[in-house]
Amino acid sequence: MTKVFTRPKSLTDKPFHYCPGCTHGIVHRLVAEAIDELDIRERTIGVAPVGCAVFAYEYFNCDMQEAAHGRAPAVATGIKRVLPDRVVFTYQGDGDLAAIGTAEIVHAATRGENITVIFINNAIYGMTGGQMAPTTLIGQVTTTTPYGRDPGKAGYPIRMSEMLATLEGVAYIERVSIHDIKHINQAKRAIKKAFETQLAGKGFSMVEVLSTCPTNWGMTPVEALKWLERNMIPCYPLGVKKEVK
Amino acid sequence: MSKVLMKGNEAIAEAAIQAGCRYFFGYPITPQNEIPAYMAKRLPEVGGCFIQAESEVSAINMVYGAAGAGARVMTSSSSPGISLKQEGLSYIAGAELPCVVVNMVRGGPGLGGIQPAQSDYFQATKGGGHGDYHLVVLAPSTIQEAVDLVMEGFDIADQYRNPVMILGDGMLGQMMEPVEFRPLSSKRELPPKTWATTGYTGDRPRNIINSLYIDPQVLEEHVKKIYQKYEEIKKNEVKVECYNCEDAEIIVAAYGTTARIVKSVIQKAKQEGINVGLIRPITLWPFPTSTFEEWAQREHIKAFMAVEMSMGQMVEDVRLSVNGKKPVFFYGRTGGMVPEPNAILAEIKKVIGGVLR
Repeated sequence: MTKVFTRPKSLTDKPFHYCPGCTHGIVHRLVAEAIDELDIRERTIGVAPVGCAVFAYEYFNCDMQEAAHGRAPAVATGIKRVLPDRVVFTYQGDGDLAAIGTAEIVHAATRGENITVIFINNAIYGMTGGQMAPTTLIGQVTTTTPYGRDPGKAGYPIRMSEMLATLEGVAYIERVSIHDIKHINQAKRAIKKAFETQLAGKGFSMVEVLSTCPTNWGMTPVEALKWLERNMIPCYPLGVKKEVK
Repeated sequence: MSKVLMKGNEAIAEAAIQAGCRYFFGYPITPQNEIPAYMAKRLPEVGGCFIQAESEVSAINMVYGAAGAGARVMTSSSSPGISLKQEGLSYIAGAELPCVVVNMVRGGPGLGGIQPAQSDYFQATKGGGHGDYHLVVLAPSTIQEAVDLVMEGFDIADQYRNPVMILGDGMLGQMMEPVEFRPLSSKRELPPKTWATTGYTGDRPRNIINSLYIDPQVLEEHVKKIYQKYEEIKKNEVKVECYNCEDAEIIVAAYGTTARIVKSVIQKAKQEGINVGLIRPITLWPFPTSTFEEWAQREHIKAFMAVEMSMGQMVEDVRLSVNGKKPVFFYGRTGGMVPEPNAILAEIKKVIGGVLR
């Protein structure tokens, strides 16, 4: 019998701790498949964030460093400068990358650090129980915007991909989604391309993945996927934001 | 090798390079700017890498990544910038990463000033960041000693997998003295960095640099393991200078720049027939507790006096060490003011005249 579906080599056999319906599992798998296909697992070093993916170092079957909240791009910079022939990636959520770690991501990008960033945007803080993220949509209810996000009080959603795409050090940025199979396949292609960008030594690469948080959104997994498609994509348009050929 | 005349900050930077440091991540702040400037110029010449980070926070996290990748790495700053590095230092201590951090202390609190001070003693020796941990804190009082301690500091960091802080001050960083870059007198057997994240090729277990232990029992075990290491450091690494203590009736405790001033006070006092000793801690952590204990038991020592460029920080460790056996006094200037020899001598006379006679 031929095996047609198996765990990527770049994932350990540790069961994910993620909530049912959480899309971190999908993105972990896509990252692992890309690493496998490029055959770079033995020379890849990942940097885990603070947030729901804090235990990513237990799941990715490569050497890993766990960074302080928001500091993953600085940690990745340190690793990449010491080991320039290794492949270095960070895996960060929206609170980690777009709030507390804004300085680190902007300056890693503008330096053109030859690293790959996987940016999970689910418009909420998951690990701490559903607080407003910088990417929370206008009107979206969270524990710290109980009346819905009011831009007069809490500002507007931040579009990191568009912002970072203005920087000269950036080689590749694409925003993708995982709300259906077609888009999951597109996300996979983007993640692989981001790693290829690094392998080609072109500079900073990032893939923003629109994701769901059924638990803190208070929805079923299926409802959450639909909510993402209807509400997040209009605010966060998909597509390539910058690509240096 | 012959001696060269060098500024303290530049000598410290060169010492790091001589010790094999090839990575430096910094951010501008007075009075340590010559260190990153020197590194920016010198590191490319030796195949290393310098980055001016976007903040001290980022610089210390670059240190984390580079140390975790197995490199000898350094950062430097001054008081307000060192405050920003405390988060990273706590993670580095928790993840047991070796590195050297230089603090050219200036007056505080807040933005304070840019003149020399010793008011970061608590921050340096008692933790600074959150959680149970210590830095090894080395306090040179000459530029030659700074050079020697930076070089040994990298070895200490590697031997124990712990961050080492060089605690200087604006004076030490800015003045010039002749220095010699010489090999370390004691050669250490340093453990190979088998834990570094260099790529998981299968010839060793997967390496993870981490300070997260979500199970409290496991975290307690982890912290206890680190503290066993600290016991070893306390046993092996204490450095202290005792100067003119044998016939002294009062012992002054001072470190760094202040200890230099106290040495000239001791000569002045001698001319006036007063015998003053000096205990100069070179390691502020581990603190030379037993040295103070021993001298406190001597009958001819009537009192101790800590002299610092602060409102009195190390004096607390002196009191703990003397443990009530002799009275402990304090004299200090702060905010960037440097104690004058005559003022220190006047304080010594006050203690001797008022309390002891």
